[in-house]
Amino acid sequence: MNPIQSKDFFKSYIATTDHRTIGIQYLILALISVAIGTLLSLLMRIHLVWPGWRLPLHGPILPEDYLALVTIHGTIMLFFVLTTAPQAGFGNLILPAQIGARSMAFPMLNAASFWLTAVALLTLLSSTFVPGGAAISGWTAYPPLSAVPSAGPGQALGMDLWLISIALFAIASTASSINTLTTIIRNRCDGMTWERLPLTVWGWFTAALLSIIAFSVLLAAILLLLCDRHAGTSFFLPSGDLVNNVLHRGGDGSPLLWLHLFWFFGHPEVYIAILPGLGLTSMLLANFSHRRVFAYRTMIATTLLIGFLGILLWGHHMFVAGLNPFASSAFSVSTMAIALPASAKVLSWLATIWRSKPTYKTAMLFSLGFVSLFITGGLTGPILAQPILDEYLHNTFFVAAHFHLIMAMAGVFALYAATYYWFPLLTASRNHPGRLMSEPLGRLHFWCTLVGAYAVFLPMHLTGLAGEPRHYAQLTGVPGPGGALSPTGVLLSRTIPLNQFITYAAIFLATAQLLFLFNLCRSLRKGPFATSNPWKATTLEWHPAMNPFTPTTASDTPAVTVHRAPCHYQSTEPGREMGDSFFPQWAPDTVVQSTIENTADTKPE
Amino acid sequence: MAIFSWPLPADASAHGPALDRHLLLNLWIALALLALAHLILFAGLLARRRTEATNLWRIEYLPLAILGVLFASLTIKAERLWAATRYTGASLTALQVEVTGVQFAWYFRYPGPDATFGITRPQLVAPGEGNPLGLDSTDPHSADDEVTSELVLPAGREVDLRLNAQDVIHGFSIPELRLKQNAVPGQAIHVHFTATTPGTYAILCTQLCGLGHYRMNATLRVLPPDQFASWLASKQKVATP
Amino acid sequence: MPAIITPNKTDQERKRRLEDHDGGSGKRPPTDKRTGGGGEGDNWNDRSHGRRGPYERLRRYRMGIFFALASDLMFFVAIVSTFFVNQSASRLNAFNHFEPTWVPTVIPPILWLNTAVLFLSAATMEIARRTMFRETDVMDEWLGLGKPITRRALPWLSATIALGLLFLTGQWIAWRQLSVQHVLFSSSQSSHFFYLITGVHAVHLFLGIAVLIAAFTGLYVSRQLETRQILVDGAAWYWHAMGLLWLFLFILLAFFQ
Repeated sequence: MNPIQSKDFFKSYIATTDHRTIGIQYLILALISVAIGTLLSLLMRIHLVWPGWRLPLHGPILPEDYLALVTIHGTIMLFFVLTTAPQAGFGNLILPAQIGARSMAFPMLNAASFWLTAVALLTLLSSTFVPGGAAISGWTAYPPLSAVPSAGPGQALGMDLWLISIALFAIASTASSINTLTTIIRNRCDGMTWERLPLTVWGWFTAALLSIIAFSVLLAAILLLLCDRHAGTSFFLPSGDLVNNVLHRGGDGSPLLWLHLFWFFGHPEVYIAILPGLGLTSMLLANFSHRRVFAYRTMIATTLLIGFLGILLWGHHMFVAGLNPFASSAFSVSTMAIALPASAKVLSWLATIWRSKPTYKTAMLFSLGFVSLFITGGLTGPILAQPILDEYLHNTFFVAAHFHLIMAMAGVFALYAATYYWFPLLTASRNHPGRLMSEPLGRLHFWCTLVGAYAVFLPMHLTGLAGEPRHYAQLTGVPGPGGALSPTGVLLSRTIPLNQFITYAAIFLATAQLLFLFNLCRSLRKGPFATSNPWKATTLEWHPAMNPFTPTTASDTPAVTVHRAPCHYQSTEPGREMGDSFFPQWAPDTVVQSTIENTADTKPE
Repeated sequence: MAIFSWPLPADASAHGPALDRHLLLNLWIALALLALAHLILFAGLLARRRTEATNLWRIEYLPLAILGVLFASLTIKAERLWAATRYTGASLTALQVEVTGVQFAWYFRYPGPDATFGITRPQLVAPGEGNPLGLDSTDPHSADDEVTSELVLPAGREVDLRLNAQDVIHGFSIPELRLKQNAVPGQAIHVHFTATTPGTYAILCTQLCGLGHYRMNATLRVLPPDQFASWLASKQKVATP
Repeated sequence: MPAIITPNKTDQERKRRLEDHDGGSGKRPPTDKRTGGGGEGDNWNDRSHGRRGPYERLRRYRMGIFFALASDLMFFVAIVSTFFVNQSASRLNAFNHFEPTWVPTVIPPILWLNTAVLFLSAATMEIARRTMFRETDVMDEWLGLGKPITRRALPWLSATIALGLLFLTGQWIAWRQLSVQHVLFSSSQSSHFFYLITGVHAVHLFLGIAVLIAAFTGLYVSRQLETRQILVDGAAWYWHAMGLLWLFLFILLAFFQ
């Protein structure tokens, strides 16, 4: 193999507009981000139960350090892991192949989006090293805490850097979504109708639509907040606000306005994070069960419905924030409504794998884990959707358990499933075919992670029910009158045993991820080579022409045409061995096709 | 009930029991659905392979309809409870107390015998001189206002709290009274409730407000009505010498 | 009884099995819409694969600009809703009544002139855009017979750039007029919005001028006719959107404070 010249390296790996390389760049960024974010969360958990523990090279974790950890952990995980990896990372890698396109619609915009995201990450991380430290107002940055630089340590330069980082990220994300939408609408190959699009593509499509709508509102809110901080305006600062002996004499703004603008973005944001995973789970369950996705058209409809409803329910983050109680009721209804399309998806998954005796590859295991975690985390959603219950549970660890189970665990399980599944396509290059990750290591990784996930987050529901609030830098050592524990101290001390268990489980969970890293690095170099379609998949990304290894020149690339919907597997009689017959989307029609029985979707394919 | 009610702190408010019952109902339903879904998942994975299911109505729409009815009834029940505590204001005979959250303490103000709160001005705030709320001494109604850092309430009487925040958004929460409401600067937000059981309870801040958020706690003491009256009288004697 | 009975319906309705979208004239071959339509798989005209029509690239860029504008619209929606929320802010006054605290900022009259200038620039922009697509000229230019399109479009494009710069200058004058009267960014709630709204719009317009200059340069530098068409067309759509947006924002500032 020829040694790569430095100029070639720069051109093909840094300044590239090839969508596959850009996808891998995003995935590497997300991997670095998730490692940092996990480390930060470990520090938080350790500090909560062992407050005297000294961080090497730093000393004890002070309250401002803890809150900075909270802020950066939330920001990095939600933005730089869960918004980049599923949508831009795997999207760039797989989307064009799944719709039969040669490239994304705007390759240079694609590259620009990635580098802007990378700059945003660097800006965010740099906020840790500036005087005052990182921001301490959480990923939600409520004013006036975030609007007044003297309201806390890290709220001056650290807060500005946070705002700039997120603003850059919002622009990059919007640009990337424009790319995704135009690609899906205009770059599909012959025969790829809307109804034949794989559900992953529908997930990316809906998430991109949400991104287009939501991120601009965040950008506007950040602009207004920056004006409040530096241009003497009063969008979010009420007149007479007295922070740290500094009286705000300007106009009369409303902190609640920020909450509305932020959560109008913030709620669609979490759906952006999970929608691609929902689509991927349907496709993977079908693939490894050798079955069609149950109720395919309903799944498309529920994806779009979740996207649409997701714009209408931001107020459920604000039930006790000072909203009109009637508004709270209205948001409660729309929040409950979204439970229905989500339940429909769960029912479809259960029906797809029902009596299918699937092959338990690691990707399938992680998809099943996604189903389990999504159900568990999702079922606490309707509880939190009721304002009277949210009155007790708001900002307790019950909420933290809810969204961590869905986003941190189910969302990440989808990313793991995607990695194990698409590893052959990730690693295929012109010189060698794709590789497979190790199955035994993958299975061990899965079981450790699943057990760890439940061990960490199930008890968190109980500490939340006990009243443990979020964002508390310490649960102990808060003095009461006469040296005895205050009522608050008593309440918090009741949660310590469970918190200790959670911390041990978290250390276990984080350590188990080293298995994945080890598997990843080893398989990159020594993994067994894969055939062109190792999972017997039916979707277009497994077409030989989409694989960089298959040597084809432009002139003899056969026209890629799609002839049917995905997941056409030959049905089998009970008792017979699962047949090997499957009909990829690109295989031309044959007579045998007509013997496939129609499922519930009876319109002609 | 044991597994879920165990972590819940004992309730001491009038609206609490209904809330607790509804919460426990929801938790048990969630647990039941969780178990059912996982049972179906495992059953489906372990059973022998068969031809795929086709009945959209039986598998999707019927369960969705059942779930819809379930969620709707839970929502209606919850909205009734919410309306009971939030849609209407406090009764006219409720005890008025003002709560002010500052970084990082809670202050409570009683209006005194004239039943009127005095005017406060942010320019006059001087916690070091004993005036953390900025009471305007030129206002005749301020003289009998009593400011404490401990909330003392009578049992069995409705209380109307007026929540203020001086600097940033704080979250006023009394878990054992199942009460939570953010205090937003620039807004005066009212919540009303009735404490039923005498005792000492924790008041927490539940909205991230800065460095000292974790130690922005206070104590609620609920006294029998006669003891409350004598406490209030003793405070007023101090206020108006 | 007449010898010949003339039936009422002399024109038999043609039974349509497949949607032809050809208006019943039968000129287009039947297309199978189940495969995405357009008869792509049939390859009737023996076109090279991957190109489905003469304006494939153009439509792609138009769609990109459409989504970008949709996102930008949400940005302005957020700012305008903040505008309305802040307008209705009120405080308890000394008499325990809620009184509004919003003091409108009177817009400098030059803004009317600026609006007229922007509309004029929209007209010139549209003329420039249409010049790019005149079929006869397209054919000539594509065949290499001179550059009639470039020749025709350049003056209109330059006029649009000039008018755009004029608009921005006028906005700057408006700002100076206000600051002379001591109405600055931080003076009052309404002045926040005046400067913010006009400022953000001006930034967008500045970006639009940059794109116009890029289109202008592209008319000379770019070698593909379609690229030149895309540059001017994209700039035009963006310019029109900014013009419409300005109309809305201007009415907001002038009549809804």
